[in-house]
Amino acid sequence: MFDFVSFIPRAIVQGIPLLFGSTGETLTEKSGNLNLGIAGIMYVGGICGVIGAFFYEQAAGGAAGMNGFLAIAIPLLSCLLGSLLMGLLYCFLTVTLRANQNVTGLALTTFGVGFGNFMGGSLIKLTGSEVPSIALSATNSYFAKSLPFADKLGWFGKIFLSYGFLAYLAVAIALVAAYVLRHTRVGLHLRAVGENPNTADAAGIDVNKYKYLATCIGSMIAGLGGLYYVMDYACGVWSNDAFGDRGWLAIALVIFTVWKPNIGVFSSFLFGGLYILHIFLPTGTNLAVKELYKMLPYVVTIIVLIITSMRSRRENQPPASLGLAYFREER
Amino acid sequence: MNKREKEPLLHIVKRDTLPWYRAWGIRAIAIVAALLLCALITAVCTGQNPLEVYATMLSGAFGSPRRVWILLQNLAILLCISLAVTPAFKMRFWNIGAEGQVLAGGLAAAACMICLADKLPNALLLVVIAVAGVLAGAIWAVIPALFKAKWNTNETLFTLMMNYVATQLVAFFIIIWEVPKGSGKVGIINQSTEIGWLPQIGSYKYLLNILIVAVLTVLVYIYLNYSKHGYEISVVGESERTARYVGIKVEKVIIRTMLLSGALCGVAGVLLVSGTDHTITTTIAGGQGFTAVMVSWLAKFNPLSMIFTSLLLVFLNRGALEISTVFGFNQSFADILSGIIIFFIIGCEFFISYRVSFRKPARKAGGAEHV
Repeated sequence: MFDFVSFIPRAIVQGIPLLFGSTGETLTEKSGNLNLGIAGIMYVGGICGVIGAFFYEQAAGGAAGMNGFLAIAIPLLSCLLGSLLMGLLYCFLTVTLRANQNVTGLALTTFGVGFGNFMGGSLIKLTGSEVPSIALSATNSYFAKSLPFADKLGWFGKIFLSYGFLAYLAVAIALVAAYVLRHTRVGLHLRAVGENPNTADAAGIDVNKYKYLATCIGSMIAGLGGLYYVMDYACGVWSNDAFGDRGWLAIALVIFTVWKPNIGVFSSFLFGGLYILHIFLPTGTNLAVKELYKMLPYVVTIIVLIITSMRSRRENQPPASLGLAYFREER
Repeated sequence: MNKREKEPLLHIVKRDTLPWYRAWGIRAIAIVAALLLCALITAVCTGQNPLEVYATMLSGAFGSPRRVWILLQNLAILLCISLAVTPAFKMRFWNIGAEGQVLAGGLAAAACMICLADKLPNALLLVVIAVAGVLAGAIWAVIPALFKAKWNTNETLFTLMMNYVATQLVAFFIIIWEVPKGSGKVGIINQSTEIGWLPQIGSYKYLLNILIVAVLTVLVYIYLNYSKHGYEISVVGESERTARYVGIKVEKVIIRTMLLSGALCGVAGVLLVSGTDHTITTTIAGGQGFTAVMVSWLAKFNPLSMIFTSLLLVFLNRGALEISTVFGFNQSFADILSGIIIFFIIGCEFFISYRVSFRKPARKAGGAEHV
């Protein structure tokens, strides 16, 4: 019998970083910016959180001297600041200087991954530890704290209540983002900017402001995904390159969810499930098949991509001006 | 914005085409500014004299004949992948799946080397390897192209996902072929017999790779600039509607160009597996598929300028590698440096295509001082 009670929570914790990333990227893409730098931004978010937590742990002198509020607030704020700076850099280059979005995004990813691994490596050197990783177990204990009565509720508690606060925050942010996009004036303006900036501009919407705001907020949300990964999922252990290709998967997820963050909640868990399915599927002695199972999330994304393009329903299409810079005097 | 009668402080105007020396002047200033910033960052991180750091970088890249050969070899591979992605980019087809196409080509080459080693004479096997690698790369690239042509499926994400499918496929075959069992590695293929290895010219290990890529560079340059196909690619890239209007079959151009793009990636895969490493790993392309996008774009899709842009990136990589060994950093320092330099170059393109004029009569003719 397939073990759902242990599978679902693992799929969810695996899906949460993807959910942060895809919600952030959806907001960004709705403003017409295709930010391929999200993978780098999530790295930077993660490492900035680690840097904050690391120095706070050092300053507080170990777990005993740490204040619960500061232990959460400092990594959180440094993570938000780091990813905000990355978002600003992307906006400055693509919106103000109208650079090519694909190239800027790829450069941002190179830079972000490099920054994460470099800073991680430097911190590891600073601690002088034998293993190539930094363990922030004290900070992790604050981030991963689940509701106190979760253990007593059996399978229900395990599936729904066993996560740290960032996991619930991810779901909340996704739902709020979906509401804002669908039901508020700000969301309408944002969608207008992404669909047709000329018209939006003519209607008196400040196109650049919306692009900046959506991209920067999107980057900060995505950065939280990196923070969640290190502080909760990985139990406060940073090791270089551990975050892997999740940033790219988050971008794929945006398409999978046809640009709707509320669908993102379930699809990210589904993706998380697909990502770890190879651990749960019986393979017998043939280890090679496991590698083929790992292909699943990508193959599924490709299939969804093809189906949405074949059906070509208008509400399921990417924002019309996605990937294009806007210059008012160029019509 | 609320006081509309007030003229804004800055006014941005599109420029006419700059003469080439002015455009390159602006780029040169950007690179120098980026190098200064990099020097500053390196100096802060290491506490060393920035000049010394650059000297270390230079010696890391060009310090000995062996290092120059490695530099040229890395340059050849990066250039080959950049050449591969260029026709597609000129057509505005964002192929960021070069990584997967290289892997597919490499996998096919490795498969031939392993499975056909004692069945074919070596010369014939080399031909089979080349054909198989090129075909595999082309097939990997044409799948997204078919869907793009038929249903306008988003190619950026399709090609991106194909990378991971290729990675997992390689991982699958590595476990099947692994030597010794359980090591998770293929090891050097045909180490004793050297069957299926690209021949070595004289005593220069990498010379053949470099020559092949040099020839390809010239061919791609001619193809893009002096052939009917190249012209059609430019028209489709400029405006798909115009292309349709003048009777170019856009679908056909997309598929044909992606076949070419994938085939060239396949060549890079063959050069890596059969010509250089003689093994296959999931990281054999090492992110160069993404770097190639930047190389190609920085060179404005001109194959000859790509020699310089890829040299710049390879130099940074080799140089930063040397810095990290000498000063005890990890290798990611190279990524930070290349990131910064690329940001500056990307940013400076703005000052090439636009002019910034201020409200006061102080009209600036050149934008170079803002870089």
